Amino acid sequence: MTTLAKHTRSAPPQSEAPAPRGGHRRLGDLKIALLFIAPAMIGFVFFYVVPTIRGVYLSFTEYNILGDPEWIGMDNYTAIAKDPLFWNSLAVTGQYVFLNIVLQTALALGLALLMHQVAKSTLIRGALLLPYLMSNVIAALLWFWMLDYQIGVVNQFIEWAGLSRVAFFGSEEWAIPTQAVINTWRHMGYTALLIFAGLQAIPGHVYEVAKLDGASPFQTFRKITIPLLRPVLVLVLVVTVIGSFQVFDTVAVTTQGGPVNATRVIQYYIYQRAFTESDFGYGSAIAVILFLILALVAFIQMKFLKGNESDLD
Amino acid sequence: MKKTLGAVAVATAVALSLSACGGSSSSAESAKGEISYWLWDANQLPAYQQCADDFTKANPDITVKITQRGWDDYWSTLTNGFVGGTAPDVFTNHLGRYGELAENNQLLAIDDAVEKDNVDLSAYNEGLAELWVGQDGKRYGLPKDWDTIGLFYNKAMLASAGVTEDQMKDLTWNPEDGGSYEKVIAHLTVDKNGKRGDEAGFDKNNVAVYGLGLNGGGDSSGQTEWSYLTNTTGWSHTDKNPWGTQYNYDDPKFQESMEWFAGLANKGYMPKLETTVGASMADTFAAGKSAINAHGSWMTGQYTGYQGIEVGIAPTPVGPEGERASMFNGLADSIWAGTKKKDASIKWVEYLASADCQDVVASKAVVFPALKSSSDKAAEAFKAKGVDVTAFTEHVKNKTTFLYPITDNTAKVKGIMEPAMDAVVSGKAPASSLTQANEQVNALFK
Repeated sequence: MTTLAKHTRSAPPQSEAPAPRGGHRRLGDLKIALLFIAPAMIGFVFFYVVPTIRGVYLSFTEYNILGDPEWIGMDNYTAIAKDPLFWNSLAVTGQYVFLNIVLQTALALGLALLMHQVAKSTLIRGALLLPYLMSNVIAALLWFWMLDYQIGVVNQFIEWAGLSRVAFFGSEEWAIPTQAVINTWRHMGYTALLIFAGLQAIPGHVYEVAKLDGASPFQTFRKITIPLLRPVLVLVLVVTVIGSFQVFDTVAVTTQGGPVNATRVIQYYIYQRAFTESDFGYGSAIAVILFLILALVAFIQMKFLKGNESDLD
Repeated sequence: MKKTLGAVAVATAVALSLSACGGSSSSAESAKGEISYWLWDANQLPAYQQCADDFTKANPDITVKITQRGWDDYWSTLTNGFVGGTAPDVFTNHLGRYGELAENNQLLAIDDAVEKDNVDLSAYNEGLAELWVGQDGKRYGLPKDWDTIGLFYNKAMLASAGVTEDQMKDLTWNPEDGGSYEKVIAHLTVDKNGKRGDEAGFDKNNVAVYGLGLNGGGDSSGQTEWSYLTNTTGWSHTDKNPWGTQYNYDDPKFQESMEWFAGLANKGYMPKLETTVGASMADTFAAGKSAINAHGSWMTGQYTGYQGIEVGIAPTPVGPEGERASMFNGLADSIWAGTKKKDASIKWVEYLASADCQDVVASKAVVFPALKSSSDKAAEAFKAKGVDVTAFTEHVKNKTTFLYPITDNTAKVKGIMEPAMDAVVSGKAPASSLTQANEQVNALFK
């Protein structure tokens, strides 16, 4: 993150400066550059570009994978516009993203500040990352059992406390918040680490000056830390929003879209249409829509939160 | 596009090699070597491994490699295999799936072989062999086993409630008041204070033991959840079976039955649907949280295997038309159309469907094999283990079974009906809401 922040800082002069030397040397660089880029480029082309183009093509077809795709134009898209389950999946996903992002960002920021100012021990800082080292599926199953209505340990404690048991995964009201909290728990250490790196990139002298001017800790936080942290925060937001829009594994191993449609998030719905119901054209069309939504969200975030500019210059 | 061309090339190659099968040289090639076989039930793996060993003993130039994959990813892995050319030569097939596979030309029709090798189709339990004849009139599998539904009950709980096992055998049910079935369920339900479900002062919000366990909403088939009740009223899932094109979830008779079923949870006699997400119904039964569980015969081993619980099995209740009803589901072994070992695969499928193998399966007392003679042997094997399975075999003997609904679009029907049924069983929507879901389902067939 430090390198990234520095890089952004030096970026504008570089792009504004005219090319200092002739094209000759640049071409020489190009060959070597291509060589270095090649491994990433090949992976990118074969595992991202080609499947994406094929996905877009399939979204205009009716395709059950065993036969041949049949071109049907916009039919999938018009059907999706009228599909209540698609709109439901958008609403459910939106609810999940909102809960997940608010909780995760707030908690991660708090943790990062603690790491920066209080917990200097590597052991404690490392421990914050522990949930992130667990695979998503394992984390989901672990909580699935601990929160089970009948035999889960959490409900046993709730009952001992004199309250009535909660169907964390089974009730429509709880299913999405439960999964949002589980994934917050798993990811906040990692997010905190990203923010922590951003905090370290803020030069110490600005804080010293603020202190000399008699700023209170809260003022320092609001007027110095947050603005200077903004590029990192925006990056974190873009990455986590995209990540949480794509929630799938937690749902797939626990509620599988239920109860009723309460957790039928968009990725799960795509999977259901494509892989369970063998309607790959329809699934691809929803995937294309999700792609457009995510591109738009990322663009808005970058544009309005000015993620590619820093106030340090 | 490239992929399409590749697929065409593969298809052409397969067609060529299939047509070449008549030739003696390639026929010899396809009759020996290693063939792969998939199944999903781990409980049955030992029995089929023994079948495979016996088979190789009798046919030394063919070996069988068995792979067991869990139900959850069995079908998607299989589909990937069809596309990628790595599907098994022979695999266990399900009634709910084979229609789509046959329609997409993934299954090998075995009519000629069955005729040539004189496979006696009448030796199977009635109706099982016909299930595997597709809409095009061709046969796509030979039956391997069957299952029906019964009521597993906790003997100790019945004894303390004063319900006799004979009573359990004569239960009646109707959608208006639930008959003696509901009375027994109510009586077996006990709240935290020890009050029974049919006593005054019963606290339906703090139930310790439910009279009836709940597996889930039952989606489109309700195989173990509600079909053993709804289909005693004269209702059936589709206009005809197999290959119906019209589902009947809008029938008032059906909706009345579902209303009664959902009402059980509301009365506190059955767990709420939301509490069943997670631990399996059989495990919660073992933990003493329910007294009766309606479940399939394939679960017998698991229910009778729990330590410290005496389990009995009663037949499903008699309905308003004076008969019991149970869904009758059967599996079969099918051959992938793309197999390179066609002759060896046919030999293996015929062996799996023969008494030699089905008697081995019977002796393990896990499922009921499709052959009548082997079914009887399985019942004896269960008896030797101290388990009385007449509750399951009775349905077949008295012809009170109905078939698993076989139609096209089964995966899509399930996709629509799963949330719709969940909403009804959880009490969030009235049973009349199924009419709208039914319209969506029937639109798939237009």
